[in-house]
Amino acid sequence: MLTVDRLTVSYGPITALHGVSFTAARGEITAVLGANGAGKTTLLRTLSGLHRADSGTITLGDEPIGSVAAERMPALGMAHVPEGRGVITELSVEENLRLGGLGRPQGGKVTDADLQVAYDLFPVLADRRAQQAGTLSGGERQMLVIGRALMARPQLLLLDEPSLGLAPRIVAQIFALLRDLVADRGLSVLLVEQNARSALSVADHGVVLDLGRVVADSDASALAADDQLRHAYLGF
Amino acid sequence: MQQLLNTALGGLTLGAVYAAFALALVLIWRSTRVVNFAQAPMAMVTTFIALVVIDAGYSYWLGFAAALVSGLLLGALLERLVVRHVDGKAEINAVILTLGLFIVLHSLAAVVFGNEYRSFPAPFGIRGFEVGDRTIALTGFGVFTLVAVLVVMGLLVLLFRFTDLGLKMRASAFNAEVARLLGVQVGRMKTLGWALASLVGSLAGLLIAGGSLVHPGYMDSIVVYGFVAAVLGGLDSPAGAVVGGLVLGLSLSFVSGYVGSQLVALAALLILMLVLMLKPGGLFSSTTARRV
Repeated sequence: MLTVDRLTVSYGPITALHGVSFTAARGEITAVLGANGAGKTTLLRTLSGLHRADSGTITLGDEPIGSVAAERMPALGMAHVPEGRGVITELSVEENLRLGGLGRPQGGKVTDADLQVAYDLFPVLADRRAQQAGTLSGGERQMLVIGRALMARPQLLLLDEPSLGLAPRIVAQIFALLRDLVADRGLSVLLVEQNARSALSVADHGVVLDLGRVVADSDASALAADDQLRHAYLGF
Repeated sequence: MQQLLNTALGGLTLGAVYAAFALALVLIWRSTRVVNFAQAPMAMVTTFIALVVIDAGYSYWLGFAAALVSGLLLGALLERLVVRHVDGKAEINAVILTLGLFIVLHSLAAVVFGNEYRSFPAPFGIRGFEVGDRTIALTGFGVFTLVAVLVVMGLLVLLFRFTDLGLKMRASAFNAEVARLLGVQVGRMKTLGWALASLVGSLAGLLIAGGSLVHPGYMDSIVVYGFVAAVLGGLDSPAGAVVGGLVLGLSLSFVSGYVGSQLVALAALLILMLVLMLKPGGLFSSTTARRV
């Protein structure tokens, strides 16, 4: 689904990613793990077109997207879910969702039926549809950004730290939902997480970054079983 | 009684003009989070364009249309060519830039159009209506001003509240990066925001000029009153801007009529200070503090 090949990215004089390569397979959850400063956020920003790579290629399906503008990504079937702070707090819950739907490849009006799909997935959002998104709790915000990204009917979902600052119960709920989405809709997910234990419990495949380099790339179960790796890079 | 009525009517007409100008400020604030101090000279330039058209022998309405169209273009051009370059920098940069534009446009207008007073026509009567044997302080042009401002406010509310375009414009202003990730062409939304604001500003310029004199500086005092009106309304709401404008117009008219006309500017600043201290989010906000 998504292939990253020898990606090198820098911020000014600092090289954040050194020749990173990996593949996120179609219909799977691929976790990108690593400590703070490993380059996870840089990777995500580069994939979604917010930042440009110095060298290397990014391919979505068969299409090279390394030089595609961020605002065109939803039309190509890729949705970037920024972490929970990415709700537009001044807009209502429904306006946030509606905005997500406007990015669909097919274009066209966002209908009540489209919104209902998101509300069925997250009933709590339906109760709060007219509220300003800024009044939501952390968990509800995370549900809103995921629901909003799904409004564009993406094939690939990029998730940035969905567990950040959330209670374990809410994290489990959100990860379970991701599993369902992959199973029911054939969605592919690239899950960037610092919370390696939870991420590996839900992912099919895992890529571990350290200081901008890939240090492990394997089945999620194999990574979770590797004691040395877990202690050295994953912190559990 | 008659003085009371006339003071109120004069205040309403004046307030409608402040409201029009405040609407333009609110529009730019809504779409780019910048307070545009260059709004006044921009409107002055487009009013002079209307005057050139009218003086060339064409009808008032053709001049009116020319001003609105040139306002639209001027706003878009300034955003693309000038303001765009400070995008992503500290917010104060954009504000200082609009102050710079204020001076530049002022000087250019004095060179191109001449630094003197010229009379500007009005499409409707500028004499008060007669009720019985009395003349009241409501003119045909005053009615036109009120109606025009209410129509523009209505259109803006419709745009922002009920259209996809309005939603995209608001999203771009509130959180440009997230809006981009959702597929919104943020740059275009900002250009459009400036263009629309400049169009509304041009309308304000025409309404202020109608039946009066224009000069490169004729809009300058309106900056202060328009800004106070916008802040009264919360700076973020078209309806708030109109109510703020009308409240300010009425207050100042009563100050001028019953206290003393030399105190008008002082009263405006007093109102601004009171609102900022007591209701910083505007008269209609439920919050008592604004997060900037």
